[in-house]
Amino acid sequence: MKHSASGKWKKRLQSAGLEWAIPILVIALWQWFGSLGWISARILPTPASVLEAGAKLVKDGSLFVYIGDSTRRALVGFAIGGGIGFVLAILNGLLPLSEKLTDSSIQMIRTIPHLSLIPLIIAWFGIGEQGKIFLVALGVAFPIYLNTLHGIRSVDRGLIEMGRTYGLRGFALFRTIVFPGALPSILVGLRFALGIMWITLIVSETISSDSGIGYMAMNAREFFQMDVVVLSIIIYALLGKLSDWVAKLMERRWLQWHPHFGPPN
Amino acid sequence: MASVASTLRSAQLTAPHEEEKSRPSLQAEAAARGLQVDVQDAVVRFGELAVLRELSLSIPSGQFLAVVGRSGCGKSTLLRLLAGLEAASAGTVSFGAAGGSPGLRTDVRVMFQDARLLPWKSVLDNVRIGVPGGDRAQALDALELVGLADRAKEWPAVLSGGQRQRVSLARALAGDPRLLLLDEPLGALDALTRIEMQQLIERLWRERRFTAVLVTHDVGEAVALADRVVLVENGSIAQDVAVALARPREKDTGFAHYESTILNRVLARRPPAEDRNGFSI
Repeated sequence: MKHSASGKWKKRLQSAGLEWAIPILVIALWQWFGSLGWISARILPTPASVLEAGAKLVKDGSLFVYIGDSTRRALVGFAIGGGIGFVLAILNGLLPLSEKLTDSSIQMIRTIPHLSLIPLIIAWFGIGEQGKIFLVALGVAFPIYLNTLHGIRSVDRGLIEMGRTYGLRGFALFRTIVFPGALPSILVGLRFALGIMWITLIVSETISSDSGIGYMAMNAREFFQMDVVVLSIIIYALLGKLSDWVAKLMERRWLQWHPHFGPPN
Repeated sequence: MASVASTLRSAQLTAPHEEEKSRPSLQAEAAARGLQVDVQDAVVRFGELAVLRELSLSIPSGQFLAVVGRSGCGKSTLLRLLAGLEAASAGTVSFGAAGGSPGLRTDVRVMFQDARLLPWKSVLDNVRIGVPGGDRAQALDALELVGLADRAKEWPAVLSGGQRQRVSLARALAGDPRLLLLDEPLGALDALTRIEMQQLIERLWRERRFTAVLVTHDVGEAVALADRVVLVENGSIAQDVAVALARPREKDTGFAHYESTILNRVLARRPPAEDRNGFSI
């Protein structure tokens, strides 16, 4: 028993080690080449100096303010856009009339690259919060809409028929069969949307902002603080990784029944 | 429910001849339990195509009826009509002596060709769908009936095909239906599992005395299980045979006689005794 438990840990460590081997190697080489002077600090500061810059920003507290501002924008935009996309998809997945009415309009708007609206957004909202939240919401709504709709449509008709013979209808049918059947696809949409959420926010913060991580990066560029620029890129990467991890966790938790996501045997 | 499970166990222990003696009382009970079904001149159309053409069929309470026929003859549509999943464009379907209304009914349950278990619900929760009110103990009793109480907490994905069909049977029986419709539920199973399932279905039918309608393309299966076999051809009934064989049925000469008579009719083939030249399958 004890032996197998320690064996399991060993296995888990090994797989974690494999996952992180390449990033760690790259950082080590980067630090090494930087300290040898092969990479100029003006082009790419070493990891150590990036960490130092991070520590300084943590000390004066501004880093957390920036991360907090960006995260708040991301989440508010995500909630609004995701909510709209989800509700529209459910309406269009269940009511043919609603689909006829709205689907082709939604598809038309979807083909517009939402980042191309930035000049228009600045004209409408200035560089305040609404513009960025609007852009994030717009970007996030479509992957959620498309995947939720696809999920609802691909629910096995046989299961719905079975539910009907057992007297399930209306919301009970939706809750018991349609929603759980669509959930794998909805979560795929969620993961896509989280990626788009960060990309949209980075771009819009870099172009027009007076706070947030994008602002921090642009500000640092003006003063040629390359270490802060690199730091903000790394923070974006970490936030992206974090949200992907959360999405994965949701898949593991809610799709346990799915052979693809079930707990490893 | 628990009492049903215990009578089931005692029924298994009793010797066959004792069981035969107790049959008349069971049949008297059947008149109350099983749902009587009357189909009068039913027509079901899919667009231009009439799949059922003025089909009439009367199923007495507690009967085990098998419906056979070539694929596309309308036998599955007949079953879906009884289930309330299709509506008749002409003619009537009525249930019970009082002529209960057609449509989706809580005392009618369907077992489909595929088990149609919800993969995101545990085996027990799948069976609970069949229990009005979703009572756990009642669902567990139903799982006990099909011998899968020990798999209650598993996901359906880990079960074998035969086990899934047993869960689907438990779900159908959990609400104590008065009419059980079986749409080729054993078609996808291997031969041995199939025989086991046939025995299980026959045993539960004898125990619980619901009316049963089995749609199948397997004439042998129909003869093994049913009191009566009807052949559907071009959307109406072409042959109606009462199977007067004692249960449990053995594949003896009487069995073979029924099987070949019906099969010959299905295939529109003359019996070999007439010794026709040139055509045989």
